[in-house]
Amino acid sequence: MGLKEKILTKSLWVFHLSVGSCNNCDIEILDCLTPRFDIERLGMQLIGSVRHADVILVTGALNKKSTPILKNIYAQAPKPCFVVAIGTCPCSRHMFKDSYNTISALDEVMPVDLYIPGCPPKPEAIIAGLAKLIKKVTRK
Amino acid sequence: MSERRVIPIGPYHPLQEEPEFFKLIVEGERVVDLEIEIGYNHRGIEKLAEAKHWDQVPFAVERICGICSTSHPFAYCLAVEDLLGITVPERAHYIRMIIDELQRLHSHLLWLGLAGHFIGYNTIWMWAWKAREPVLDLFELITGNRQHYAMMKIGGVRRDIKDENYPAIKKMVKELYPTLKMFAKAVNDDPIIQKRTKDVGILSKEQAISFGVLGPIARASGWDIDVRRDDSYALYDTVKWSVIVQKEGDIYAKILVRVLEMFESCSIIEQCLNKIPKGDIETEVRDIPAGEGIGRVEAPRGECFHYIRSDGTNRPIRHKIRAPSLMNVPSNLVTVPGYTISDAAITLAAVDPCYCCTERSAAFLKTGKKILTGEELVKLSQEKTEQLKKEYDKK
Repeated sequence: MGLKEKILTKSLWVFHLSVGSCNNCDIEILDCLTPRFDIERLGMQLIGSVRHADVILVTGALNKKSTPILKNIYAQAPKPCFVVAIGTCPCSRHMFKDSYNTISALDEVMPVDLYIPGCPPKPEAIIAGLAKLIKKVTRK
Repeated sequence: MSERRVIPIGPYHPLQEEPEFFKLIVEGERVVDLEIEIGYNHRGIEKLAEAKHWDQVPFAVERICGICSTSHPFAYCLAVEDLLGITVPERAHYIRMIIDELQRLHSHLLWLGLAGHFIGYNTIWMWAWKAREPVLDLFELITGNRQHYAMMKIGGVRRDIKDENYPAIKKMVKELYPTLKMFAKAVNDDPIIQKRTKDVGILSKEQAISFGVLGPIARASGWDIDVRRDDSYALYDTVKWSVIVQKEGDIYAKILVRVLEMFESCSIIEQCLNKIPKGDIETEVRDIPAGEGIGRVEAPRGECFHYIRSDGTNRPIRHKIRAPSLMNVPSNLVTVPGYTISDAAITLAAVDPCYCCTERSAAFLKTGKKILTGEELVKLSQEKTEQLKKEYDKK
C-alpha cells in the first residue's frame, strides 16, 4: 500500500455526481450525512468540487447528455480516485436499459471500485459499502 | 454602469443535487438575466412506459422522481381508472390519501432542510432531515421501502395498512406536531431567515398566472389553486382541511406555505385514520378497453398530470406526463434577475425544482447542428414519410 492510499483511508472526501437519477439515491446519500446516520463520524465529508475528491459517488443511469460531462469530471479528479456506483441504475442500468437515451452501465465508461445496488440502497447499505471501500483500499 | 459578465453554474455544482445548468448574467453584484439549460436527467420514461404492460407502468413511472414517487403512479392509476370508469373501494381511497400526505410531509421537510442548506444555515438542514426520518420509518413499516413505495395499483392499492400499524402512524403524527411548531416558530422568529428570504425573489400574482406556476409556488403568490380541492380526487372532499395561501410571493411566503401545509397534511392523515372503513382494497380490473383518460394529482410541488391512451391492447399507446416543475422552473426567469448573486442560490431552489420530473425531452447542442422547433420537426417527419412512401412504392 502506497503512502497515498494510506492517507486516503484516514478521511475520504466524497463528491456526489448524479448522471440522470431519480433523486432517490442522491437523497439517501445526503441522508447519510444527517444526524441519524452521520457518516462524518467515519471522516467522510461531502464536498463541492471534484478537485478535492477522493471518492466519486455516481448515481443514476448514464445518458447521452451527461456522460461526456461525467468523463470530463473524472479526468479532473486527482488520482487515485475511487468510483462508487450507487443504486441499480449505474450498476446495471436498471429499467432504463431499453431507453433510447441511456448509454451504458458505469463500468463500461470508467473503472468502478464498488457497487452498491438497490433502488434506492438504504443509508445503512451505503455506509456499509463505503466501510468496505476503506477495507479494500487498506488491503491493497 | 458596470460591465456584463457571465457566471456559469453547473451542470454539476454543490448547490443542488441534480444536474442542471444556469447561466447568470451579472452586472457587478446584481443578476440581470438568467438562462436555464436542463436535459441532463432525461431517461425517456414516457417511451419506456409505452413498452410496458398496464400493471408494470406504475413501477416505471415511480422511477421518474424519488421525492414525489407516489404522485406519478397515483396520477397514472387515476388516468386508467378514468378510462375504465370504475370506482375504487373506499378503504383504498383512504390508504392512497394517507400515503400521499405522508409523502407531502417527507417532501416538504426535505425541501425545508435543503432551503436551510442553501442559505448556509446547516442547522435547519440537520434538524429538518432528522424530523423527516420518522416519516421514512413509517413508509418502511407500511410499504417495505423507505422510498419508491409501490403502493398504487390500477383499481386500488397493492398493500393494506394493517390494524397494528395505526398506532405507529398516529404516534408519528402526534410527535411531528411539536417539531413542526418549532419550525414554524423558527421561521417566524429567526432574524437571519427573515433577512435572507423576505422581499427576495418576488413572484407577483400576475406573473404567477402568466407563467402558469403550480402548487406551493402559486399559493405563495396569492393564487388560490389546489387540485385536491378544485378537482377533488380520492376522498379529499370528505376531510376537513384548508388551502394555505400567502400573498407576498417572496421566498419567505414559499417557506411559510410549505410549513403550514405540513400541519394540514398531519390533520388529513389523522382524519383518514379515524374514518378508514374495513373492506376491500382493490377493484378487480380485467380488460382495458380502447379510449383515453387523464389523472390529476396534487404532488408536493403542484399539479402532476398524466394522460394515457389505449387501443385495447395490453399496453398504453401514448403516455403523456406533465410534472409540476416544468411549469415552476421557468418562473426563475423573473424571480432571479434584479437581486444579488447570493440571493440566486435560494431563489433557484425555492421553486423546489425537480429536474428528473421535468425532463421529458432533451435537446443536444452540437456545433454545426441546429435545434429544431416543433413545426420544423413536424415538417421533417412529413418529408421523411414522403420519402419512405416513395421507396415503398418503388418496391
